[in-house]
Amino acid sequence: MLEQNLFAGFGGQGVLLMGQLLAYAGMLEGKYVSWLPAYGPEMRGGTANCSVNISDEPIGSPVVSKATAVVAMNRPSLDKFESAVQPGGMLFINSSIIDRKAQREDIRAYYVPCNEIAEELGNGKVANMVMLGAYLEKTRCVDMEGVLDALLHKLGEKKANLIPVNREALKRGAGAVG
Amino acid sequence: MAKNLMKGCEAIAEAAIQAGCRYFFGYPITPQNDIPEYMSARMPKIGGCFLQAESEVAAINMVYGAAGAGARVMTSSSSPGISLKMEGISYIAGAELPCVIVNMMRGGPGLGSIQASQGDYFQTTKGGGHGDYHMIAYAPASVQEAIDLMQTAFDVADKYRTPVMVLADGIIGQMMEPVEIKENTGNAPKKDWATTGWKKGERARAVVNSLYIEVEDLEEMTERLQARYRQIEKDETLVECYNTDGAEFILCAYGTVARICKTAIAQLQKQGVKAGLVRPITVWPFPAKAVHDAMCAPGVKMALCVEISAGQMIEDVRLAVNGEREIAFLGHAGSRVPTAEEIAEKVLAMRGA
Repeated sequence: MLEQNLFAGFGGQGVLLMGQLLAYAGMLEGKYVSWLPAYGPEMRGGTANCSVNISDEPIGSPVVSKATAVVAMNRPSLDKFESAVQPGGMLFINSSIIDRKAQREDIRAYYVPCNEIAEELGNGKVANMVMLGAYLEKTRCVDMEGVLDALLHKLGEKKANLIPVNREALKRGAGAVG
Repeated sequence: MAKNLMKGCEAIAEAAIQAGCRYFFGYPITPQNDIPEYMSARMPKIGGCFLQAESEVAAINMVYGAAGAGARVMTSSSSPGISLKMEGISYIAGAELPCVIVNMMRGGPGLGSIQASQGDYFQTTKGGGHGDYHMIAYAPASVQEAIDLMQTAFDVADKYRTPVMVLADGIIGQMMEPVEIKENTGNAPKKDWATTGWKKGERARAVVNSLYIEVEDLEEMTERLQARYRQIEKDETLVECYNTDGAEFILCAYGTVARICKTAIAQLQKQGVKAGLVRPITVWPFPAKAVHDAMCAPGVKMALCVEISAGQMIEDVRLAVNGEREIAFLGHAGSRVPTAEEIAEKVLAMRGA
């Protein structure tokens, strides 16, 4: 197994965190993982993205140029990275704020209304977790509980009260594409 | 010990602390700011010293002073900042003092970019500062290897009383990977030569100096250095040969680019092309024999050097094969990182040509 992922969105959508949680969960399962942020002259409101590899074997290139899955949280990310999906790969689109469909027909596109679902859950910040739930449902590359363990590690015990809404967000995201 | 997911810069800083480094002097520059940031939080808690100097020149001279007093000491910077440190590094080499310098290479020349690059190979391996000196230079290709080499770097610096560089790039510095950091690896030898204070009759006076006015005295010092460099070449050269047995195509790359080559090799394997990689782990001393033997093996048809530069290490590769084989080059000057697909395509094109 080699999952080569690109997570992209605008600064503040939590795309770097999505990638980190996935990498951490992969590590907990004993897989080889790498997480690499784009750290260029990114500006507020501009795009942020990260490359995440998860594999049963040691990882070569940490830079994902041809992705098995691309997650686009906003329109500029979709425009920039749709072409980076490998033929037959997956493209996850945040349909809450992206007003177009995938243009390619040789890939599998999934539309997830991340922001709407997050608002329904009463916490707009979990839109990224909704998308991560959809991603996990389709790729099955790590266990959802591992992602929540990773989140707890990241948040610390003091914010453990946020775990239930994040679990719900993952589940709703999975349901949106299930 | 359980693995931890760590960013390269932070892992390097912690590895240095576990290797016994208690003095860090630096000045900020992207993409290595996570190192001084980490040190500024950790050093005060363990009785160490973190000091943000007023410039890179000041920082390396603080390293010079601490090294002279026998401390395990380091600094870190990125390309333009390393250029500023070069005078100090030459002095440290001339004064025969141990220290560790981390360079998270970014694009150049000038202020260049903040993205990963390998444009400092010449500077690292061919001098950089003035005079007949060398630095041992380790080029890690993963966060774990950066940790392990960091710990080796302090030991080797002390062993040979020489500055040692860990030559990585912005990708190694910013990437997170699962790692294990061995604890308390520091085992600094007793340093009789350190300037730690002197009482009459205790020992010979310790003097830190790189000035030798008499020609004969300077020659004695440089010959001592050269003898040491020959010993380092013999004992400290590190290289990885990957998939080279029976390969018809040999790639040569170091650091992050070497990993990308491994992905290209896997892609080529799927298309029935057997390619291998020879990866210098020390770029000085350069593993000339291993590179020669991999590239000039009987079954090898072609060889390619890949770098994020206009072609720097390729000069050492060509010296190593000494005309026995043509060496092709793929690289980008500046900061554009070659992709695995691009490398595989180049190999296929060369094969077809």
